[in-house]
Amino acid sequence: MDIPRDTLLLMYERLLKVRHFEDRVKDLFAAGEMPGFVHLYLGQEAVAVGACAALNDDDYITSTHRGHGHIIAKGGDVKRMMAELYGKATGYNKGKGGSMHIAAPGLGILGANGIVGGGIPIATGAGLSAKLRTSGQVVVCFFGDGASNQGTFHEAINIASAFDLPVVYVCENNLYAVGTRQTDVRKIEDIADRSVGYGIPGLVVDGNNVVAVYEACKEAVDRARAGLGPTLIECKTYRWRAHFEGEPDTYRPPEEVEAWIKREPIAPYRRQLIKQGVVTEAEADEIEAHVLKELDEAVEFARQSPLPEPETALENLWA
Amino acid sequence: MRTLTYAQALAEAMAEEMRRDPTVVLWGIDIGPYGGAFGATRGLYEEFGPERVIDMPVSEAGYVGCGVGAAATGLRPVVELQFSDWITIASDMLINQAANMHYMFGGEISVPMVLRAPVGGYLSAAAQHSHMFESIFAFVAGLKVVLPATPYDAKGLLKSAIRDDNPVIFFEHKQLYEVEGEVPEEEYTIPLGQADVKRPGTDATIVTYAYMVTKSLAAAEELAKDGIEVEVVDLCTVDPIDEDTILASVRKTHRLVVVQETWRKCSVSSEVAAIVAEKALDYLDEPIIRVTAHDVPNPFAPVLEEYVLPSEEDIITAVKRVAGG
Repeated sequence: MDIPRDTLLLMYERLLKVRHFEDRVKDLFAAGEMPGFVHLYLGQEAVAVGACAALNDDDYITSTHRGHGHIIAKGGDVKRMMAELYGKATGYNKGKGGSMHIAAPGLGILGANGIVGGGIPIATGAGLSAKLRTSGQVVVCFFGDGASNQGTFHEAINIASAFDLPVVYVCENNLYAVGTRQTDVRKIEDIADRSVGYGIPGLVVDGNNVVAVYEACKEAVDRARAGLGPTLIECKTYRWRAHFEGEPDTYRPPEEVEAWIKREPIAPYRRQLIKQGVVTEAEADEIEAHVLKELDEAVEFARQSPLPEPETALENLWA
Repeated sequence: MRTLTYAQALAEAMAEEMRRDPTVVLWGIDIGPYGGAFGATRGLYEEFGPERVIDMPVSEAGYVGCGVGAAATGLRPVVELQFSDWITIASDMLINQAANMHYMFGGEISVPMVLRAPVGGYLSAAAQHSHMFESIFAFVAGLKVVLPATPYDAKGLLKSAIRDDNPVIFFEHKQLYEVEGEVPEEEYTIPLGQADVKRPGTDATIVTYAYMVTKSLAAAEELAKDGIEVEVVDLCTVDPIDEDTILASVRKTHRLVVVQETWRKCSVSSEVAAIVAEKALDYLDEPIIRVTAHDVPNPFAPVLEEYVLPSEEDIITAVKRVAGG
């Protein structure tokens, strides 16, 4: 597949932005600057970035509890994201959603979701809406291996396949649903095999290879946009951190974690871009420096932003 | 004035809104050529076609969730459940998703969806086709819950529900679908959140909703023969609840009976009693009486179901206890 240079560069920049955003959040959360819980996307960057690079600006995504990467990959403003994580009034959702509930409909982001599998019917409804409105929009529905065992997975994908809805179901298989190894609670190795039961294409992709993810998603998105229906894409990947920050990671062998960290997605992609002459070393460094500066500004913005007025807690119940 | 059945009034409300607004679409089970389990979508498939009247697979979480996603992206879906008992299967999509989304996302996303669902007993359908869950959904912040009692109300409230920018759960009573009532030809809507005094009276207030409005009005006619004039307040919408109308009536009659078809504990009837106890206790001349179902699942055998659910006689007895006679 011939990938435009702009797309290759955008993916590089977004990969770095997700990585460094999450690195900052890890440290800031540990330092006690953020309330609540955070579920970090470190290690899975190539999935969100590759999939969203295949989308138009007005296409939709639904996200998960581990959603920071999806939001950034779809064009989210890291300032407003960071402010939301700080519970500030300037956050995407005025401090009402927090880490697990960022939505930005102007960017097609229909919301991260704290309910495992909760986004799958919503994404399918967005696909039905796009089809009925003949808008040409496509939906990418992100969910994890755990969500693939929810009833919503079956119900929604059956509906999408029955009506040829423009939805691409991107399963991020990071091998563990919280502390349970996925193969202990599922007979089959590949979740993509379930596509057979819906009569739709299903494929397994290296989720740590951003180009592979992009190419698979681009083909599925084009197919969806052409009215040919949904695709199930399983991206094999791994989260570097525990399920949430602060959770004792007692259930994963350290050597497994180490092996996956060695397979991280960004450095090889950078080498590939340089080797192919897409960027020079200096240009790649410059992109990274720019991302780091943007994140410095985002943290500062979040820190300096006002807390919401307490009485705004009673606003926004009704539209 | 012409008369329509409750089912015809609902169908007319949907048809008018679909003609008015191309973003209004319907889906559910057997709502197309079949016309809906209780006939409330009869004729709509023929007028609007399969693009706007869509038959879904038996997947309550799936197609209710599709309603949430479609509502968030520019449509106004009106989703029908074949029986409201199955709302539990879709409850995550309503309680954790639709109800929260506008608030949780800081007002960024709205969910203008209506979920229509047939409720209620008195038909020997036993415990999985008879129950009423309005109290569960009235408890949830962020959902509106409507239960029309007449064809006129059914049409006017459904049109408002469809135009509302929030998720609305619209419970239709199975005993009412074939009931006829006056419905004007001309356009009208009825605002959500407003109770309706179905019968004025001075001696006692009955606060009720849904099919119990019918039974309460019949009881009131009987009581009038004994000189007891009952005011019957139909809540119409149980969330948001119309406190003002409840309180005004109690301040006038000084006696309150709350009549509700379903279970008593932690219910809409509890809420009505609590509102009056908090805000109008000094006006009460007698303790509040609640007439409700017993707190057991709806049984099958008619003799058992009659024992469990409230009767007109139960209402008359309760009113006589608070209003003498």
